[in-house]
Parts: sequence; structure tokens; C-alpha cells
Amino acid sequence: MDALRRPSTIAFFALLAIAAVMPMVLGQAKFPQWLEVAIGGLLTGVLYSLVAIGLVLIFKASGVFNFAQGAMVLFAALTLVRLAEKMPLALAIVLTLLVMIAMAWVIERFVLRPLVNQEGIVLFMATLGVAYFLDGFGQAVWGSDIYTLHVGMPKEPKIILEGTFQGGVLVDMEDLVAAVIAAALVAALTLFFQKTATGRALRAVADDHQAAQSIGIPLNRIWVIVWSVAGLVALVAGIVWGSKLGVQFSLSQVALKALPVVILGGFTSIPGAIVGGLLIGLGEKLSEVYLGPFFGGGIEAWFAYVLALVFLLFRPEGLFGEKIIDRV
Amino acid sequence: MIYRETGQFKTTYASDQQLFPILQDRAFVIAALAFAFAVVPFIASDYMFRAILTPFLILSLAALGLNILVGYCGQVSLGTGGFMAVGAYAAYNLAVRVPQLDLLVVFVLAGLCAAAVGVLFGIPSLRIKGFYLAVATLAAQFFIDWAFARIQWFTNDTPSGSVSAPPLEILGYAIQGPQRKYLLVLAIVSVAALVARNLTRGAIGRSWMATRDMDVAAEVIGIRPLTAKLSAFAVSSFFVGISGALWAFVYLGSWEPLAFDVNRSFQLLFMVIIGGLGSILGSFLGAAFIVIMPLVLNQLPTMLGIPLSTAMISDIEFMVFGALIVFFLIVEPRGLARLWAIGKEKLRLWPFPH
Amino acid sequence: MNLRELEPGTAERKLGEPILAVDGISLAFGGVKALSDVSFDVREREVRAIIGPNGAGKSSMLNVINGVYRPQAGKISFRGEARAHMQPHRSAQLGIARTFQSLALFKGMSVLDNILAGRNLMMKRNLLWQALRIGPALTEEIAHRHRVEEIIDFLEIPHVRKTPVGRLPYGLQKRVDLGRALAAEPKVLLLDEPMAGMNVEEKQDMSRFILDVNEEFGTTIVLIEHDMGVVMDLSDRVVVLDYGRKIADGTPDEVRASQAVIDAYLGVKH
Repeated sequence: MDALRRPSTIAFFALLAIAAVMPMVLGQAKFPQWLEVAIGGLLTGVLYSLVAIGLVLIFKASGVFNFAQGAMVLFAALTLVRLAEKMPLALAIVLTLLVMIAMAWVIERFVLRPLVNQEGIVLFMATLGVAYFLDGFGQAVWGSDIYTLHVGMPKEPKIILEGTFQGGVLVDMEDLVAAVIAAALVAALTLFFQKTATGRALRAVADDHQAAQSIGIPLNRIWVIVWSVAGLVALVAGIVWGSKLGVQFSLSQVALKALPVVILGGFTSIPGAIVGGLLIGLGEKLSEVYLGPFFGGGIEAWFAYVLALVFLLFRPEGLFGEKIIDRV
Repeated sequence: MIYRETGQFKTTYASDQQLFPILQDRAFVIAALAFAFAVVPFIASDYMFRAILTPFLILSLAALGLNILVGYCGQVSLGTGGFMAVGAYAAYNLAVRVPQLDLLVVFVLAGLCAAAVGVLFGIPSLRIKGFYLAVATLAAQFFIDWAFARIQWFTNDTPSGSVSAPPLEILGYAIQGPQRKYLLVLAIVSVAALVARNLTRGAIGRSWMATRDMDVAAEVIGIRPLTAKLSAFAVSSFFVGISGALWAFVYLGSWEPLAFDVNRSFQLLFMVIIGGLGSILGSFLGAAFIVIMPLVLNQLPTMLGIPLSTAMISDIEFMVFGALIVFFLIVEPRGLARLWAIGKEKLRLWPFPH
Repeated sequence: MNLRELEPGTAERKLGEPILAVDGISLAFGGVKALSDVSFDVREREVRAIIGPNGAGKSSMLNVINGVYRPQAGKISFRGEARAHMQPHRSAQLGIARTFQSLALFKGMSVLDNILAGRNLMMKRNLLWQALRIGPALTEEIAHRHRVEEIIDFLEIPHVRKTPVGRLPYGLQKRVDLGRALAAEPKVLLLDEPMAGMNVEEKQDMSRFILDVNEEFGTTIVLIEHDMGVVMDLSDRVVVLDYGRKIADGTPDEVRASQAVIDAYLGVKH
């Protein structure tokens, strides 16, 4: 990962670290409270990363920026929570997964294949249409109430490090479990990409569509697989987010935040999605708690986007993305 | 038979380059305008004005602005709602703090404010393209949302956050009642459409389209991306800002930041895609479609005898919009405007098949 | 036999002083060296060909002259002014125009609009005048239309002037590309494989256009071409590149006889 060794990357992280610890330097906060806020932010960041990973997967393999990822998260969560009302959870999860695979097939057949040679911007707008369709469809079929998802996540916050700091540090156990789940997911995905034949094929397609086709890799099937995997990731994200917030329409709006995450991390990098998510989550929480009061609050609504914007000005390809060269 | 160019020879470049070179087109447009200005005010119902015509015209103006940015210049923007908000709040502040200004002046100044903000948030387009730019414009949208909700000065320190426009008066005439509002909006939008058409036909329009089609080649022939892109943002935001001011003052009366949120931005983008990117007519067709569709969807179940809840209707609306976007992108990426042009082509040949 | 000698009544072309010169240009993309220490000059009113096997760096050389690429080392001199690198729109302002190997036309616009776009640099009326499109803006637009129509007549494409370029056959698209470059009334015209993909008749037409431009308007021409016959017929001097290095520089006859050039084309290992 030589991207990490680039001086601009190091400078960026150094600046961030300084900005992050400012509240303590300025005496605004003591370490235990700061740690609480930081950990809370990092854990929220993990949840953003979950959604972002789905985006990166699809972009890597099909060059499509899937604006519908958030809608997919909501749809997966809705399907699961409503099915779980009528059957054991495990069965509901399997059925939802099948539904997501079916959805991947439908999207490939009716949206991607007819638009295969169009420019990126057309495909992006098509996924915008898919997002709207899914939002309407999900709520039409499953209803638009707020549903609680019970997957056995711990609900009580725990106090850790009581010995080190007076009063200890409050940590949301649910977020912690979510982080562990995300780590497991990333590990599984990495294994899948590196060790299996399908994974290799996916990486080939991500590199060069035509070259992959010319050695016999069936593009259409690959895309169905990728979108299914993205659907699986969406399901995991849906479970985690839905358990935390309740399954409701605003879930797809929350997932909009995954966009600045992939910008920060680079569109083609899963580690980038994770780092980006952590940075955004951390930055959001810290700025809301410590900068917010000066601005009347509500900074969380735009902080991620402005950060992404600033980043784009200096590094359009993101932290770990590939540099884009225009050839004429 | 009716729609033929035979006998219409252009002997000067001026006549070749006029707005509607074909006689039948000219006649049609003049008739349509005459109808809109002189006949409609007397035959349309209050409901038609309030629910259909006035919002259609105002949103057409916004779609026109967005089309200049996205369709002609190729810069994707998801922050249009925010620029409408700038126009609306700028107009509000000007009207309330400087009451001597005539409302037309207020609208133009509001447009200029929106243009300035547009240029500011357009600066990233010099380094960022495509959907990266779309996400950057979301930054504009959310930031502007927050600014108008939290910064008291903008809302004249109204505690509730929702503001009301003062009574409308232009050049001494009170603009009250649906007919007068409709005529005011119609006049403004007609002028705007003419200006937009002139710009897109001129050197600046060519610089936009060149930047959209192949920006490296454009730069090589001397078209500076800076000037092209920022001018597109400026002109686009000018129109969008005025439409925001009109939406707030003429259509809504009183409003809060939510009226211009990210959903508005999506709605406008849909208008432009369905109507036709890079087409002035397309902006109008798309706006008409998006305004009328929910009304049709609302009436349809009752007409067909199937009772549906409002929630279900709204869900179906989402589904229909989403499906239509995909449909148009696959079948006719150039939207309704292209279908209209194809229709005209067929009319030119009629009654012959080809 | 050089085409020029066959044309009756051809005016004596006086080749001028060097109008364009590149000095020690090196260009690399990541680890790939596209150009290594290339130097040559171009005399005013000359037709200079750049030839070489595929991947020799010919297009990159034009891109450097134009400002699309920034060289890591070397200077570009135009009319005596030396620069470390060029900016694309600056090169247009200075009077350098070019065509592209892969056309790079504005597909969404008509032939007329594409060529008119080439004249954008000369349009002075600002936004407000254009919005009203009366008086000075209209006069300007019409004046430029006159010039563009002359170019369209010269290139023999008036029958397709309103057609969107995306719909034209390849040969006509090439002419539009040339027309767009000519619209700027350039001092130096860079042509990147103008004959690529053409049949014999189309090549004869294009050769005629290029010669006419050079002789009637005195435009200096720098030309990348693979067709040796065309190169020998049209050009005054030739530069040969191979693997990013200059291996020969002289008249067509001198270059044809050079051993280094023969080796390069036959693929002798070096």
C-alpha cells in the first residue's frame, strides 16, 4: 500500500490527528469524554463503511456508481423484518438473501444489459431511477411504518476502562458488535476475492471489461454475482443499521452518507471504504460535539459532504484510488 | 402536406439562423403564445391555475436552468434545490429589508445572488467530473439547507423558521388572484426561454456543448474550461434562483427550507432527464410531465374503481418515476423532446410513410 | 516525385525561419518513457512530417506542443518565445491548431456548430449581448458564419452542414476535424494521422486540402502520417521517432536512405 507512504497522505492524516485532539488541547474536553465521542464516531463510521463497501464492489466490477445502494439496504432490511414476523429469523435471513439475488438478476437483465455501452453518467442516473423504484416498491409491498428489528444485538451500553479513568468510558455495545460483524464481512470478502476462481474473475472484470470478455469470462453472469454480493453486503448493513435505528424510510437517506465515504477512500478500494467510513464517522461526531455549539448545531448534516468536497479538490482519486489519466 | 419546407428558401445567414426558421414552426409558436396569454386566463379554472399551470411554469424555469448545466454543459448537479432556496431567501431579504425596490428588480437581484452562489459551488467542477461532481453538489445542497435553517439573519429572526412573502406588487399593479399570478409567471418564463435559446445558439452555448462533448479538444481550440463551466453554473443558477423566488413568492406564499430540499433537486433532475437533456423544449415537457403525473395517478384509481390509500399512491408514484427514468434512459435518452422531434419528422413526411 | 512539382503555376513558397522548435523534450507517464530528449524545428510555411513505428511517441509529441501533456524536461519555442510547457488554450491563442487521431469532434453538435466553435476565440461579444442576440452580437455571429461557410465550401461538405457529426461517415468526419482546426486561422497546423482509415480517393482529396492550405494561406504544417507515399509527396522535411527518440531528421530522400530508419521499421533489435 504505497499510497500510505505518499507525503500528501501522511500530511493529511497528521492534520486530521491534530484537528481531532484540538478539543482536548484547548481544554474544552477531558480525555474520557473525548474518547467516548471518538469511539462513538468510529463505530458509526464502521456502519457507513458497510454501505460503502457495497458501492465499491459494484464500481470495481462494473464501473457503475450505484446510487441505489442505500435503497437496497432499506429494501433488504424491510424484507427481513417483515418476513421475520412470520418465521424464524434464520429462515427469514436466507429468504431475504434469495430475494436480493433475484433483485440482482432483475437489475442486470433490465437495467444494466440494455445500457451496457453507455457512459458512466447515464448508468448513474439509471441507478437513481432504480433507487426511486426500490423505495416505492419496498414500501408499497411491506408498508411504511417503523419496524423494530430484533436480531439479538445487545442493547445496553457498557462502561469500560473503569479502572483507568474515573467513571469509565461509555461504549455502545451494539455498535461494537456491528464493528466485529463488519470486520468479519471484510475478511470473508477478501478471502473470496483472493482465493476463489469467481473472485479472480471479478477482479479481471474490474480491470478491463473487454479483456475479461475475450478470455471467456461471461460478463452478464459476473455482474449478477457482483450485484448479489453487494445485495448481501446491503443485507448485513440493513440488519446492523436497522437494529440500531429501526427499519424506516430514513435508512436510505442515511445511506446517502456512503457517497462521501467512497470519495474519501477512493472508488475502487475496499480498505479505502473502511478508512473513509471511519474518518467520516469520527469527523462527524467530533465536529458536531465540539464545533457544533459555535454554529448552532446540525453540522452532521453537511460535514461529510463538505469534507469530501474539500478532499476532491486536492485528490480527486481519493486516498487509495487510482490516478485518472486522460489520454487523447 | 401541411408541414413542408418547400418554397422556404433562405437567402441570408440571418434568416437561416433565426429562432424558428420553418414558417409552420413560427406560426405554431406564435399561436401557442397568443393562446397562453390571451385565451387561457379567461377559460381556465382557479384549480388549473393553482395546481397545474403556475407550478408547471415555475418548475419549467428551474428545469431550464438545470438543463443548461446538465444537458448543455454536461455538469451533473444535485444541488438545484439549494440554489432555488438561495433565490427565494435572497428575494425575501431584499423585499423585507429594502421595500422600495420593485419586485421585478428583487427577482433579478435574487437571481444574481443565486448565480454568485452557483459560481462558488461550481468551482470544484474545474477539477471534478461526473458523479464525483454530483456528490460535491450534494455538499452545496446540504450546506445551504443547514444555513437557511440555522442562521437567523436569513429568516429575519422569525422564531418558527418559516417565512412569508410580502404582498406582490409590480410596477404599481397588485398581483393578486390566480390569473394575474399566472400571467406574471408566464411573462417571466417566456422571456427567460428566449434568453436561454439565444445563449445556447451563440458562442457561449457552443462553448458549453464543446466542454460537455470533449473538454480536452475544447481547450485545444481555445475554449477555456474555467469560463465555460463557471458561466454555465452562473447562468443556470440565475434561472434557478429566479424560479426559487417565484416558487416562494407566487406559488407558496410562505415556506421553510424543506421546500427546497434534496428531493426537489432530484425532482428537477428527473424533469430534465425525462424531458430531454440539452433541449429547451425538453425542460418544459419534463416539467409538464412531472407536474401532471401525480395528479393523474391520484385520479386514476378512483376512475378505475380501485380504492388506494394516499400512502400507496405516493409509493406508486415513486415506482413509476423510477421505472420511467430507466425506461427513458434505455429507449430514448434524449427524452420527450426527441419523441417530439420524431413526431415532427413523421409529420413532415405525412401522408407518405417515408 | 514530389506532388508540388506537378502542380502548374504553383507560387514559389519561401520557407521562412523556424517558427516552432522543441528542445530536449522528455515525457514520461509513471515509469513509461514516451519521449526522450527530442529536439527539432519547423520552418515557417514548411510541411514537416513526423513518422515512426507505432508507439514511437508521435502523438505525444504533438500533445506536448499543444499543451495537452506537460513534458518533464525541455522547452517549446514558438515565434522566438520559449516555454517549459504550453497551456492548451494558450496554444490556441498563439495560433496553433490541431486535428486528432481519434477525431475528438463534438458529437452532439452539427458540422456548422463544430466549425463555428473553432472560431469561439475570436468572438468578442459578452454574455449580455449574446442573450439579446441583437445588434453587435448578431453581426458578429453572421460575420463568422461567412468565414465558416468559406471553409465548408473549401472542404466540399456544404451538403452536410446541418447534420450532427456523429452521423457522418468517417471520411467526412475527418474533414470536419480539419475544418474546425482551420476555423481558427492558425499559423501552425498540427495534423495527427489525417489520412488514417481512408481509401485512395479520400487520401488524394485530403492531400489536396492540405497542400491548398499550405500554399494559399501559408500555414505551417506538422503532420504525423503512416502512409510513406503521402509523406514523401507532401513534406519538405521529415523527423523520424522510434521508442521516443529522434533517429533521423532531414529531407524525405535523406530519411528514406538512412540505415537507422530502415532498421527501426524492419524491427532490428537495438
